[in-house]
Amino acid sequence: MLTIDRKTEAIIADFPILARPTSRGKRLVYLDSAATSQKPRAVIQALVDYYEQYNANIHRGVYEIAARATDEYERARVKVARFVGADPSEIVWVRNTTEAINLVAYSWGNVNVGAGDAILLTELEHHSDLVPWQLLAQRSGAELRFLPVDERGLYVLDDLDALLDGCKLVACAHVSNTLGTILPLETIVARAHAAGAMVLVDGAQGAPHLPVDVRALGVDFYAFSGHKMLGPTGIGALYGRHALLDAMPPFFSGGDMIRKVEYDRTTFAEPPRKFEAGTANIADAIAFGVAIEYLEEIGMPWVRDHERALTTYALERLAAFESRGLAIYGPRDPSLISGVVSFNLADVHAHDLASILDTEGVCVRAGHHCTMPLMAKMGWAATARASFYIYNTEADVDALCDGLEKAARLFRI
Amino acid sequence: MDDFYRDYILDHYRHPRNFGHLDRADAAAEDLNPLCGDQIRMELNVDDDGVVNDVRFSGRGCAISQASASMLTERIKGMKLSDVATLSKDVVLEDVGIGISPTRMKCAMLGLRVLKSAAIGEIAGWPDEE
Repeated sequence: MLTIDRKTEAIIADFPILARPTSRGKRLVYLDSAATSQKPRAVIQALVDYYEQYNANIHRGVYEIAARATDEYERARVKVARFVGADPSEIVWVRNTTEAINLVAYSWGNVNVGAGDAILLTELEHHSDLVPWQLLAQRSGAELRFLPVDERGLYVLDDLDALLDGCKLVACAHVSNTLGTILPLETIVARAHAAGAMVLVDGAQGAPHLPVDVRALGVDFYAFSGHKMLGPTGIGALYGRHALLDAMPPFFSGGDMIRKVEYDRTTFAEPPRKFEAGTANIADAIAFGVAIEYLEEIGMPWVRDHERALTTYALERLAAFESRGLAIYGPRDPSLISGVVSFNLADVHAHDLASILDTEGVCVRAGHHCTMPLMAKMGWAATARASFYIYNTEADVDALCDGLEKAARLFRI
Repeated sequence: MDDFYRDYILDHYRHPRNFGHLDRADAAAEDLNPLCGDQIRMELNVDDDGVVNDVRFSGRGCAISQASASMLTERIKGMKLSDVATLSKDVVLEDVGIGISPTRMKCAMLGLRVLKSAAIGEIAGWPDEE
């Protein structure tokens, strides 16, 4: 019989959406946290509290609620900084990981990358950590290179030093959103720095699931999104080493990012405000801070252990379907992946599979997962992907497997 | 959606009719659904009276997009090109029947969209040809 430990039970009770049945009366089995996570009540309440109790613009008003809004907003920045081991002055608010990467590609990239330079990416990159660098390469005349992965989605590091020769930047996903592969960051950072390259990490799937300490990791930039780690959509953070942020020109310009403006010239604020033009996403930043506190209370080592145990269970149960044509993609060693499993069932297209699972209340992602070049390299048209988070249990994996049984039955497999 | 995957849909999915390419197509078009990667190409032979006398489709995707494209090719043989150009989506809905969820409607209509592009392009003349 399944056991849900009391901690997980208490976590589940904090997520109102998980108590709501689907329109077909099924229990909601949410296995798409790699797309966006669900939100605990405390995060939702933080949004309501801001709008109901102290809605005011920040950094301007002298009255009480404006001061409180400013205080809560900046306190959230301190929480996010603490969570990844940074100084608050090194945390720039952005909409999401994509905006963070674009900020670096334009602000840092335009100045520091030129013709004859190289940028090293990996073959597992999400489009958000690929397309901005393609555009930078086009603007600058730089060359894009790709760290290869093998057929199981594990990095092949044999030629790493040759790939790093002449590189100005390595931009790589901490965790692959399609296969879950965890990047060997220690090796990459050490060798990139030895070769004189900066390292930007796309932490969209890293920060929500693994303990992250940007100083211990030694990374130069680390980008992540609030909505994948219990926070609201529309808010994310870019960590940048202070010296780098200080030297970078502004990205967006306008109000709130200035020190002094004259008709013909402007001096800019210190980082991070230099990069935060216009009225900020105040409520969502504050609620992101509450999400961070929630994760800190649970403890990121627990998050990692919980997901690893669940991934181990999922891989075991899914393996039983292999004789009926289930293909499981990505590394099979749970210590090498985060809580992500990609698969296809025989000749059932991933979209059909996802539709059938949906009728059972099971939410999985189907498609190319914004990694079209990887799908083309591997020869997969589409895959179904289940991804786990703190509120998932073995019962959710069992529901997924029951759904696979149903799909197999409907497709006469 | 449970009702959708009936035997004849799976039959069209696994054994698509008129699948492949024509030696010499008079009209052709292709498109993909960028959200899911489903893709369809339609090739038509049209006689001097403007009647479709042969058709092939190719591509890959889910059972909904592939089966609905397959069924469309069976319908349009012998049809006037001008009628193909004005086919209504009800034709597809008649073929695939009940149970398509709104999120999957794009899959069901991909073949029709490509087919009509080919027909309309042939009638109007593609600007980048000739």
